[in-house]
Amino acid sequence: MQDLQTLETEITANIGAANDLDSVEAIRIAELGKKGRVSLLMRELGKMTPDEKKEFGPKLNQLKNYLNDAIINRKEDLEAAELNQKLAEERVDITLSKAATELGSIHPISQVIDEATEIFTEMGFSVAEGPEIEEDFYNFSALNIPESHPARQMHDTFYFPEDEDGNRKVLRTHTSPVQIRTMMGGEPPYRIIAPGRTYRNDSDATHTPMFHQVEALVIDKNIHMGHLKWCIEEFCRKFFEVDNVKIRFRPSYFPFTEPSAEVDIGCTFKNGEVLIGEGDDWLEIMGCGMVNERVLENVNLDPSEYQGFAFGMGLDRISMLKWGIPDLRDFFAADLRWLKHYGFQSLDIPSLSTRTSTIKGSK
Amino acid sequence: MKFTLSWLKTYLDTDADLQTISETLTAIGLEVEEVIDPTEALKPFVIAKIEEAVQHPNADKLRVCTVNNGSEIIQVVCGAHNAKTGLIVAFAPDGCVIPTNGMKLKPTNIRGVDSNGMMCSERELGLGDDHDGIIELPSDAPVGKSFAEYAELNDPTIEIAITPNHQDALGIYGIARDLAAAGLGKLKKPDTSPVKGTFESPIKVNIDSKDACPVFAGRYIRGVKNGPSPDWMQKRLISLGMKPISALVDITNFLTHDYGRPLHVFDADNIKGDLTVRLSKSGETLVALDEKEHTFDNEACVISDDHGISSIGGIMGGENSGTYEDTTNVFLECAWFDPIRTAKTGRKLNIESDARYRFERGVDPATVTDGIELATRLIMDMCGGEPSDVYLAGEVPVISKTLTMRPERVNELGGVDIEKTEIISILERLGFDVVDSGATLSVTTPSWRCDIDREPDLVEEVLRIHGYDKIRVEPLPVFSRDIVTGLNPMQRRIRMAKRTAAGLGLREAVTWSFLSSDQARIFGELPASLILDNPVSAEMNAMRPNLLPNLITAAGRNIDRGFKNVAIFEAGNQFHSDKPDGQQFVLAGIRRGDNHDRHWKNNPEAIDVYDAKADAIAVLNAIGVNADNAQIVAEAPDWYHPGRSGVIRLGPKNIMAYFGEIHPSVLKKLDVKGPLVGFEIMLGNIPLPRSKSGNSRGPLRSSDFQAVERDLAFVVDKDLPAEQIFKIVGSADKKLIDQINVFDVYWGKGIDDDKKSIAVNFRMQPMDKTMTDEEIEALRQKVIDLVAKKAGGTLR
Repeated sequence: MQDLQTLETEITANIGAANDLDSVEAIRIAELGKKGRVSLLMRELGKMTPDEKKEFGPKLNQLKNYLNDAIINRKEDLEAAELNQKLAEERVDITLSKAATELGSIHPISQVIDEATEIFTEMGFSVAEGPEIEEDFYNFSALNIPESHPARQMHDTFYFPEDEDGNRKVLRTHTSPVQIRTMMGGEPPYRIIAPGRTYRNDSDATHTPMFHQVEALVIDKNIHMGHLKWCIEEFCRKFFEVDNVKIRFRPSYFPFTEPSAEVDIGCTFKNGEVLIGEGDDWLEIMGCGMVNERVLENVNLDPSEYQGFAFGMGLDRISMLKWGIPDLRDFFAADLRWLKHYGFQSLDIPSLSTRTSTIKGSK
Repeated sequence: MKFTLSWLKTYLDTDADLQTISETLTAIGLEVEEVIDPTEALKPFVIAKIEEAVQHPNADKLRVCTVNNGSEIIQVVCGAHNAKTGLIVAFAPDGCVIPTNGMKLKPTNIRGVDSNGMMCSERELGLGDDHDGIIELPSDAPVGKSFAEYAELNDPTIEIAITPNHQDALGIYGIARDLAAAGLGKLKKPDTSPVKGTFESPIKVNIDSKDACPVFAGRYIRGVKNGPSPDWMQKRLISLGMKPISALVDITNFLTHDYGRPLHVFDADNIKGDLTVRLSKSGETLVALDEKEHTFDNEACVISDDHGISSIGGIMGGENSGTYEDTTNVFLECAWFDPIRTAKTGRKLNIESDARYRFERGVDPATVTDGIELATRLIMDMCGGEPSDVYLAGEVPVISKTLTMRPERVNELGGVDIEKTEIISILERLGFDVVDSGATLSVTTPSWRCDIDREPDLVEEVLRIHGYDKIRVEPLPVFSRDIVTGLNPMQRRIRMAKRTAAGLGLREAVTWSFLSSDQARIFGELPASLILDNPVSAEMNAMRPNLLPNLITAAGRNIDRGFKNVAIFEAGNQFHSDKPDGQQFVLAGIRRGDNHDRHWKNNPEAIDVYDAKADAIAVLNAIGVNADNAQIVAEAPDWYHPGRSGVIRLGPKNIMAYFGEIHPSVLKKLDVKGPLVGFEIMLGNIPLPRSKSGNSRGPLRSSDFQAVERDLAFVVDKDLPAEQIFKIVGSADKKLIDQINVFDVYWGKGIDDDKKSIAVNFRMQPMDKTMTDEEIEALRQKVIDLVAKKAGGTLR
């Protein structure tokens, strides 16, 4: 019987010296294969006496197992080294990139409409619409603005040619005609907002012939100016994401509301930017009031039963205030640089949970 | 309305400071737009005396002055020719800022002599144009005193916005009256007692149209001497930005703004016969004070004499009716003109005047008799003369109304609980007559508030004086019945469509709803009813019939700025008629250039029709359209490339979208370099999902059995649409074949000229058992046979 210890030492040294998988496999065959040295020794066990068997058997088995493990380990080490080598060769310059495709974006006007929609939906409003080419009746007469009324001079109206009946359509000068269409088209109560394009024949540094408004109308049996105030305060607080927004109601005049008010929001001007919610300056943001009894009568609602409020707000203006956009005219220029800078990501959909707002606690 | 504080105080006895007055004006609805208080800027300027002026040792034109500012002696080098010993001057010490040029004064040395502060010219203080030397003050001007105070320059100017209902505040007197009602002081009434006439007016007035002019008070004043008006009146007119002309003209301008009472002063010697107030006759003309000739229809209210029309009632006098330097006899007109007719005539003639502005809003009729006395006194004070009796034609109209008011409405409508006694007190302070009938109030409006004619008007009056800030804040109550909130399905679809388009790499733009009619006509018929009568410019005179042209020209502007790859979209209305149903909501997008810039790894690909198609399909899919069910045909409108465009539709009439390369001649007309592709999605044409289908998506049906794929290449006619092959392959077994894909299209060498090869991969997915080889082969053969039979295709 060969000295097992010597054999182990020799084979272990051979395994350690094998530098590739093929050499390791050759050793395995030479030692542990059918005709391998260790296998042959195992075969000789049969010829041994029981005592010899008892002595050599376990030792031989131990050696076989040991060598098996050593070969597997060596193989794994070599495989790992080989993989590492391969990976090292596969290294790339990760500071390079694949070709970037341009991202798309949402215009601030769509974003502000979506934001307003979320805030008002929370207060129970739905969204109403109406045509941009309007009849005089809906844009003026039904809103208590008769032909002779001086208020018509406040609107620089775009007119279309007279039709065969002598009527002239107009581009709606405000979103208020949607109030009339809403009230004539369904049963009260009403609680709607109507965002959309509006038009006035005016073009200078701060006016564009097309702009955007959102109208709100609330009609029910017991609505008063306190509700109007709450509604506007809630909107401003949530829209501007300022907890203590300062709001000032001033008496004003609109033919379609009585009493009427204009709403100013507290702000300060710092380094050419407007900060909402602080300071002692005021910025006018909307006109509002209780719907004029005459308007209710024009849509066949009984003012002794129904009453409510309406307001109209410039969407372009509140976007400029919220997002610090300096020039109104740029909104409609479709300049890619502007769209990229002021646009919103497609998935930035305003919602209740994505807005910063504080719920007032009991203390 | 613009006025100075001191002017306001001629009618308002108050201790309130400027800030309180401003805040109160805004709080009661007379919104302060601007307050200019010169006091601060002029504070450091004091009256000083040049104790001694000597020649500067090193400069011929300079003097070295020793100046006494009342508390110290200062050395000043001065270049003014009139700086001399003993002169009393307006002195600006070091550290102060010259208001007109913003220069801050600091100690200096002029040619070797120290100089501190400076003596000012009129121009430097913004007092006039005179820069010829420094201001010379009278020798009794108090040295050391504030110059602004001395020169009465410390009078702040307040400018307020007047809403159309506040015709009562179009005179300073009216503003004072409102402030007094708000508790800010006591109203001082002017003396309007009758001035006794000494003779009967030789000129009489006949009113032909009582509707147009119910009352006309006239007065003849003889022997007047016209000349400049006094300093105080000139100053007031200048403070309004008006130019003083002569006493007679200035008095009318003054009373218009001071008392809200427009009047007219005729040169009596130019009036032939009596005056008649009547309606104009069609075709009559008048050259008015604006030096323009106006032609009347038969609806204007005019004042005429035996010569013809001399003045347009309530709007403007005729050129020859006015007064001049040598006027000696005048006839004073103080009348009341109908607001609606005045507004109409003013608009038709396109005349803006202070008189029209007031009459069309409704002048207080009580000022007919008050105004003529005020004017008479001013004329006699300034020009002398002898007044006739007042000739009163017609009657002063009573426009006051008596309204019933339920006091609780202040709370019900206004949201603020105010005691009845306070309601009555506020109304009375505002000049209303209130009779308390227990449950209701009987409220009579004052003559100056023609705007008030219903209960809510009275509620507003009470609220605005009580304070809008006291209106409580109350959450909206629950509805009186169930109501649906949020977006409707169409609105949800629009939002989804926009957000999807943005997700596809398109940037949303908002472009004008208008464009030039020439550009509009490229995109279809343009009815005359969609061309504006009064556009901003000819480039914006038509309503857009299509969203593409403005997007294409926007692309052009971006290309000019150096951005050759453009991808933008817009969602908005396009217009086919002026009726509500002629307005169509569309989402349209364009792409131009390559899909990205030059790149080390990926070669940029030029945008083509398939990009536009992919955009359209992606948006359609996002809003719930199964594009597989749609027809795609090459029948796009004329503005697309005829061979590279298509229509996605549900049927011949129900078009969901167009896509394609924009026609090169369209791009040429729009002056934009292509190629450029676009798509249009007619969001309103697409049927909404049935509302009752519920939220359940049904169970997922998937198969655990092996799917099998086969590839087949067919040679077919060159112009056969691939879609037909799809349909034929699919029809071989609609249940088993669940996926078909074209993986190669080839024509050229090896294929006949009029043919092409289309290679299709299709997948068979059995649901209940694994397919046998025979079954697979049978289906494959069926596909081959069907393509041969229906499309004449042969296996390649």
